[in-house]
Amino acid sequence: MAGNAWRSTILKLLERYGAWITGQRKPEEVSRVMGAVKSQTQPRTFSRGMQTVTIIPGDGIGPEISSAVIKIFEAAKVPIQWEERNVTAIKGPGGKWMIPPEAKESMDKSKIGLKGPLKTPIAAGHPSMNLLLRKTFDLYANVRPCVSIEGYKTPYTDVDLVTIRENTEGEYSGIEHVIVDGVVQSIKLITEDASRRIAEYAFEYARNNQRASVTAVHKANIMRMSDGLFLRKCREVAENFKDVKFTEMYLDTVCLNMVQDPTKFDVLVMPNLYGDILSDLCAGLIGGLGVTPSGNIGANGVAIFESVHGTAPDIAGKDMANPTALLLSAVMMLRHMGLHGHAKKIETACFDTIRDKKVWSRAVQYTALKKNPVSESVTLILLFIGICLSKFNVV
Amino acid sequence: PQGLSGARLQPLCVRSLSLTSSRNALESPPARADSTFKVTMVPGDGVGPELMTAVKEVFKAGDVPVEFEEFHLSEVQNMASEEKLNEVLGSMKNNRVAIKGKIHTPMEYKGELASYEMRLRRKLDLFANVVHVNSLPGYSTRHNNLDLVIIREQTEGEYSSLEHESVAGVVECLKIITREKSRRIAKFAFDYATKKGRSKVTAVHKANIMKLGDGLFLQSCAEVAELYPKIKYENIIIDNCCMQLVQNPYQFDVLVMPNLYGNIIDNLAAGLVGGAGVVPGESYSAEYAVFETGARHPFAQAVGRNIANPTAMLLSAANMLLVLSPQNQCVSVCVSLCVCVSQVRTRDLGGYSTTGDFVRAVVANLRHRPVY
Repeated sequence: MAGNAWRSTILKLLERYGAWITGQRKPEEVSRVMGAVKSQTQPRTFSRGMQTVTIIPGDGIGPEISSAVIKIFEAAKVPIQWEERNVTAIKGPGGKWMIPPEAKESMDKSKIGLKGPLKTPIAAGHPSMNLLLRKTFDLYANVRPCVSIEGYKTPYTDVDLVTIRENTEGEYSGIEHVIVDGVVQSIKLITEDASRRIAEYAFEYARNNQRASVTAVHKANIMRMSDGLFLRKCREVAENFKDVKFTEMYLDTVCLNMVQDPTKFDVLVMPNLYGDILSDLCAGLIGGLGVTPSGNIGANGVAIFESVHGTAPDIAGKDMANPTALLLSAVMMLRHMGLHGHAKKIETACFDTIRDKKVWSRAVQYTALKKNPVSESVTLILLFIGICLSKFNVV
Repeated sequence: PQGLSGARLQPLCVRSLSLTSSRNALESPPARADSTFKVTMVPGDGVGPELMTAVKEVFKAGDVPVEFEEFHLSEVQNMASEEKLNEVLGSMKNNRVAIKGKIHTPMEYKGELASYEMRLRRKLDLFANVVHVNSLPGYSTRHNNLDLVIIREQTEGEYSSLEHESVAGVVECLKIITREKSRRIAKFAFDYATKKGRSKVTAVHKANIMKLGDGLFLQSCAEVAELYPKIKYENIIIDNCCMQLVQNPYQFDVLVMPNLYGNIIDNLAAGLVGGAGVVPGESYSAEYAVFETGARHPFAQAVGRNIANPTAMLLSAANMLLVLSPQNQCVSVCVSLCVCVSQVRTRDLGGYSTTGDFVRAVVANLRHRPVY
């Protein structure tokens, strides 16, 4: 058939340029990677069939990696309309710091955001931008799926876990006092509502992504009342989700076992500080912050997906940045929006590119040549074409 | 970094823990007429008693002149009371040195916010916990030739046991950081680094978020660091530290930190070299020294099954011997020899030997040692 002949010609061309990989890969494993944060039955804000997403490029390498992601999405023909906004702290009418009203409006309308790294200037007088965003949209859950990336070797293989961290209270409440000179007291706040909310989110996530178990991480043997409350709420919520196994583990036991055998863990839910530490620990297991996606879920259906690495001002503007973290976060976003087909395509292409090692930017490999993220996109675009042609019988 | 070159056995043998020159001076226990040392022993819960039996057997076989005074404290079994604490305190005042297992803290909130072990620690003022993270010779993990020391402040911080429910459904837990204790632990860390010939001390904190609390800790460390110009001082944020420990642990030497981070990093580092069964640790106060395992878990699921790994406890007991009588180094040699022999690996290291097998192997090695 003419269509098949055309297809095989193109595939051969791609093979010749080394851009097409015909290796074995189990698609089920790959799609399990960045699971949907919440299963959405109806997409949001349709306008001419396109969904709007607010994109916040950020500082440093932010603009470069954001434009790389936009290019990739264009090549993959994802039905998304991007609205670019910048967030800087401005002083609102009441003297409180807040984000610019255009950004807030855009996010409230589109409900989905993609954010690059934001820098926090020291001694700027205003709280960090991330904190402001968190407070504005009540982003209560931080989800970080950590899956070993084929083609990027670390000493830890077969990692496949998700850390869900309570993002609003706990040790990061910011309430501190100097009682007497030389004695400081920090307050860790645990509330019933927040604990219940995060536990419910964790179990829903587990159910929607076919995860077998949820483990609550705590230190209730020492902090009997506070972590005890957190644990009680988790147990109560577990009663309503009998299809998901619920276990509890001490924080130190989790750390001990995590570095010996990370395959034992599935979904972990925990309060703020432990979540911060454990999510970074797990990111280290798979290769660092340059390859780890992250999503923040808020009340009112708002979700902001972000790359958690820093702004890397030393390589900004030099075409050296690695867009993997932001790209994988964008894939997470697609799954959240229900565009599973596109998500799978982009994710597959991304992993193929990594495995292919042809274009691998410096941020991830310590010794590397300077690579142009645009050329990475071009390779990805070619891969997309190849994948599209193979998946759909193009006439 | 230390420990990457030379035979691994050497550091174990020449570890001279002479504390007499440090501020936290531990004078050698009063020499008795028959020159036996008396040591307080608290077996604790879980596999503690089994590990203590192992220590006793090995000491007997090695003709070690140590007599153990046992106290059975346990919160789980309701053998925890003020009187028992005072008994142990009295015994410690005499003996100065103790060896102990983990006293498990039951999950049920019985009205006391501080766990029994915390109260014991506070009574004895054991402010510094030192964990030696050394790769075992002959046992390879993902990171080999590690040589870290983790120093943790263990009386204040997040474990202050000050919690209250201000409003229904809202619980506040107080984390207390004081300048005095931060300075004390920082000084201990730098003294320790100086004595052991370490080159770098890294303070671990989260001062970007807890600006006042961890900020005070960091400030105290920096102040003390100025008094030790020969030792390099750095600081690192706890989440970055965890990430670096799993990616490149060789960049660290001595780590000093407050209570909770110490708990996390102790266990993380123990996992890097083989788990809770191979890492020894000790707790110091100005007058006492308590020897225990590095990662403190009761490991109750192994009770009675003869599968616990006594390496950590035996290494700790060997360290204790070095404190009591620096010439008696044979025990440490034997334990390390045993690990090299791959037939005697317990289950946590991938073998099938029982605790009893391991102890017998150590005893056999001891019997065959050259007579001095």
